[in-house]
Amino acid sequence: MATLPPAPLPEHDHADAIRPPIVALGVIGWVRQNLFSSVLNSLLTLVILAAALRFLPPLIRWAFIDSHWFSTAAACRNDGGACWSVISANLRFIIFGFYPPDQQWRPLLAMALLIGLLLYSRERTRWKPALLYTWLVGLAVMGVLMRGGLPGLPGVESSQWSGLPLTFLLAVFGMVAAYPLGVVLALGRQSHMPVIRAMCVVYIELIRGVPLISLLFMSAILFPLFLPEGLTINKIIRAQAAIIMFTAAYIAEVVRGGLQAMPRGQYEAAQSLGLNYFQTMRHVILPQALKIVIPPTVGILISAFKDTSLVVIIALYDLLKTTQSTLSNPVWMGFSVEAYIFIALIYLVCCHAMSSYSRRLEREL
Amino acid sequence: MHPNDTATTAAPPAAPGTSRWQDPAKRAMIYQAAVMALAGLLGWYLLTNILTNLERQSIATGFGFLGKESAFEIGESIIPYSAADNYLRALAVGFLNTVKVAFIGIVITVLMGTVIGIARLSSNWLVAKLAGIYIEVLQGIPVLLQLFFWYAVFYEGLPAPRQSLNPLPGIFLNNRGLFFAVPAAHPAWNMAVAAIIPAAILSYFIGRWARQRRDRSGRPFPVARSSTALLVGLPLVAWWISGAPTAMDTPALHGFNFTGGASVSPEFGALLLGLVLYTAAFVAEIVRAGIQSVSHGQTEAARSLGMRPGQILVLIILPQALRVIIPPLTSQMLNLTKNSSLAVAIGFPDFVSVANTTMNQTGQAIEGVFMIMVVYLFFSLTTSAFMNWYNRRIKLVER
Repeated sequence: MATLPPAPLPEHDHADAIRPPIVALGVIGWVRQNLFSSVLNSLLTLVILAAALRFLPPLIRWAFIDSHWFSTAAACRNDGGACWSVISANLRFIIFGFYPPDQQWRPLLAMALLIGLLLYSRERTRWKPALLYTWLVGLAVMGVLMRGGLPGLPGVESSQWSGLPLTFLLAVFGMVAAYPLGVVLALGRQSHMPVIRAMCVVYIELIRGVPLISLLFMSAILFPLFLPEGLTINKIIRAQAAIIMFTAAYIAEVVRGGLQAMPRGQYEAAQSLGLNYFQTMRHVILPQALKIVIPPTVGILISAFKDTSLVVIIALYDLLKTTQSTLSNPVWMGFSVEAYIFIALIYLVCCHAMSSYSRRLEREL
Repeated sequence: MHPNDTATTAAPPAAPGTSRWQDPAKRAMIYQAAVMALAGLLGWYLLTNILTNLERQSIATGFGFLGKESAFEIGESIIPYSAADNYLRALAVGFLNTVKVAFIGIVITVLMGTVIGIARLSSNWLVAKLAGIYIEVLQGIPVLLQLFFWYAVFYEGLPAPRQSLNPLPGIFLNNRGLFFAVPAAHPAWNMAVAAIIPAAILSYFIGRWARQRRDRSGRPFPVARSSTALLVGLPLVAWWISGAPTAMDTPALHGFNFTGGASVSPEFGALLLGLVLYTAAFVAEIVRAGIQSVSHGQTEAARSLGMRPGQILVLIILPQALRVIIPPLTSQMLNLTKNSSLAVAIGFPDFVSVANTTMNQTGQAIEGVFMIMVVYLFFSLTTSAFMNWYNRRIKLVER
């Protein structure tokens, strides 16, 4: 059988090649596919566009065109626009609170150091013991900067710590202290010693069952009663303790999830190598268990950061409280919406940074 | 079961003559005794401190104050209350207000969160993006700040009663709250509400009969449609028979404020709005994850069996998605309930707020904080009891 020569390919002029219809490509194609793919979708798109046309122009007018940025309060009251001047005029008080004005570079420097350290720690390749020591040194330096008491740095009472530095302080120390406590609680809950297990279960369930605000009340009102006569503990430290106790219970539950996900073979392998309990946990179980729960742990840390705002209720001057006390000044009364939008943006930026970092970790791990 | 259990039980018994430290069982006993002794010592130390401090500051102890006259007014209450009533009744008012916020909030949150969660998965780019932005923004702002924001919007953004906004006839919005018309009192409305009970009972029996018939003969019965018809139809019939009143009780401006109709105070409005918008963002993420957890193959398999889209949703997708959705959803409901304690910051008289006033007046802080914790523990424990029951019910039965 003779083989036929391959049929010559039909020759095409490039100009004649059949292109997909214009309506399936480019902008039109994208719009058709993503905005008008069905009757319901077309309707939804039209409704949203109509709402945007109706509400966006007045909003933009209020926020940007008719607004005042660096004026006096009296000037604001004459127009209907947003009064961002409430922030620009009181920015230093909102951010630093009662910290002595001539020393405010210190909390600023401490916050810059904190953000720098956080940014440096983003890369997982840098997660080494050295980083831990860097953090310890960094936190100590921040503490010295805030507190002072060295030559050249006049001491600043912790009752004057307020504003954004206090928010960061409560959040960072809350997280740093709650994490190991939470891990210990989780291990206790998984322990085979009934007394220890029962104590951890009661602690975790009790704390998770009550609102943070009741713990803050406890720290503000009850805690002084627990102490012997003559001994008083600073209000900030008491609130900090409440936040740590609260966050630790939530971290414990997350870590427990990681411990339960470890296959039994890991425990048995460690035991067959002759490792004792602490060696098993330190070298085999915890490194794996803590790694798989990093994303939910970041979730807990984000809520801990947001929850620091609750100290307003026991009259600590965190970022939210300094803003409120600015707004209670008769001169600036009535511009709450603008001020709250501003601090909401601060919180939003921090939380967004944390959550997008958590998503990145989730992809990498 | 704990992974270490095998290890402990499998450990060989200690050889005679070894010290206590080499026997894991004895070592565990010693550890536990030490921890218990430490905890006991700490507890005893704190207790003695408390007792001396209370004595020194001559603060009364015990719950005797509950019977005393409270002497403070409460802005809104479900049950009748005046300043002459005792603390117990004041606290009951606070408790009911907490339950009210939590109940209404949870219902709206679940509906709204479901809609946003589905919107997040929409094939419409605009809808999906908007839902995504909503979730990201609302989750990133502390709920307390959101409460303050809405309260400020109510107080500073809305006009005085005389210049009330009137978006729909019979609805007035001003800085004293939201006022809306309700049907004027008439026995027919009570009849209509009462008619729901027989309708519900009938629907239940129809559902049971339909299930039995389907198991026996395979013939389906439109239970959902017939129950809806009953639940809507019977009250309508009852309302119509007893006179079909249409009179409305419309709020009207008298002096400085509105009277008549029903109203929502700015405090309640801000609290409800803040809690619902915040929690709905979390519920939306849960619903999205639940829907995505059901693989597409399930839909295709159901379609190849000849099921209709509605049947696929109700019989295939939802039961599997709910298994993933319900546990985190209940914890969000509990979060909403616990966050309602922030009412104290904007002046809505919930349980924490009333207890706080009580503590300030009587000085009995220990009892006050104790009661707050007990009330919220009650909510948590009932919720987790429900969760355990539900988990047992829906657990996958594996071979």
